[in-house]
Amino acid sequence: MHELLKLIEKLSKTIARKLNIMEVCGTHTAEIFKHGIRDILPESITLLSGPGCPVCVTSINDIDKTIEISRQDDIILTTFGDMMRVPGSRLSLSDARAEGANIIVVYSPMISLDIARLNQNKKIVFLSTGFETTIPLIAATIEEAEQSRIDNFHIYPLNKLLPPALNFLLDSKEIAIDGFILPGHVSTIIGSDIYEFISSKYSIPSVITGFTADDILTGIAMLLRQIYEERSDIEIQYSSVVKKQGNKKALSLIYKYFEPDLAYWRGIGLIERSGLSLGQGFKHRDINSIFNIYEMDLDEAPKGCMCGYVLKGIMTPPECSLFGQKCTPSKPMGACMVSDEGNCAIYYKYRSANFLKK
Amino acid sequence: MCLAVPSKIITKNNLLAIVDVYGARREVSLVLLPEDVEEGDYVLVHAGFAIQKVDFEAAKETMKMQLLYAAMFESEEEKMPKAGLEPA
Repeated sequence: MHELLKLIEKLSKTIARKLNIMEVCGTHTAEIFKHGIRDILPESITLLSGPGCPVCVTSINDIDKTIEISRQDDIILTTFGDMMRVPGSRLSLSDARAEGANIIVVYSPMISLDIARLNQNKKIVFLSTGFETTIPLIAATIEEAEQSRIDNFHIYPLNKLLPPALNFLLDSKEIAIDGFILPGHVSTIIGSDIYEFISSKYSIPSVITGFTADDILTGIAMLLRQIYEERSDIEIQYSSVVKKQGNKKALSLIYKYFEPDLAYWRGIGLIERSGLSLGQGFKHRDINSIFNIYEMDLDEAPKGCMCGYVLKGIMTPPECSLFGQKCTPSKPMGACMVSDEGNCAIYYKYRSANFLKK
Repeated sequence: MCLAVPSKIITKNNLLAIVDVYGARREVSLVLLPEDVEEGDYVLVHAGFAIQKVDFEAAKETMKMQLLYAAMFESEEEKMPKAGLEPA
């Protein structure tokens, strides 16, 4: 993509000031590092990584509670594999399974229903994590459980919504952002119109971008063009799957079963209407309605862990004193070091090329 | 976690399809698709569900527009270096 890189260089020269561009999807961060995109961009452009990893923003308390639930005799916990190694206050789900807890990793939430059918005497609890890309799948699974009357299927609802987190981040004014590379797959579901506030309230240009190196370079070129033309629109580069209105069928399924709720983001805090709880008529699917273990205070990060600053793009992972020393992918202290899409894990993986540059 | 992969529909039976993902065959649910799909179409698959039909023409069009702009920007810059291109 020589032409686009050349365009980026020319536009950045003409704009003639430093630009902070933030990507808010872990898959983007991973691809940007994989293709060495930071290294080929003009020096005036800094790419920041935002809170784009649902694994990373899951609280320590929720991990602890999930472990407690998974230890009950009549429970089978199902989860996406990404969650297994996230550290709780003492153990991860992986540790709990080694100690005998009944935890099964599933590729799709739907597999939980097969497990429920085969284990009628147990309660199956799906650890419901993920952003808008994943939420419709969980709604579809609940719908199937309702229609087929699979009464022993429950979820532990921890899903998060991205736009309220972006609004929160911008509102806090902790960081200056000149443009957003918005997530391709979250936006496949929610569309582009929902991000309107980024333009109208904060006058920041955004481009919903795909995941190949070409896509990302095109997205950056489109952002620079907007900055150069003094526009702040929500543009779609990933037009093969993203529509202005999103996937209405998936959206209506989400809001058939869920309603927005206050949610706690690890390292960031409580954000209004940034999570989902089960709606009226479906509360019985929430394991917490049957099985309230204990209420806990909001969690504290392990001493020295800068996860919260990293998730907000205020610090880069190597600026944390634990990074690569006490905190590594094989022995993570913070959640950002766990997931393949966590900022710290990505920096660690590609550290030979980027460690010195920071 | 939001990883999703374009996959080709090989066979379709109501709301279930067998898709080809980089050579592997997988069963996926079509319940979340907002429009009808046929065998041979590509869908974006995330954790066992097709979440959108892939429109390659739209993607080509976007890329074409950007390359056109790149070419235009280059020729304009050659014509009148710097003038009229004052930064904000």
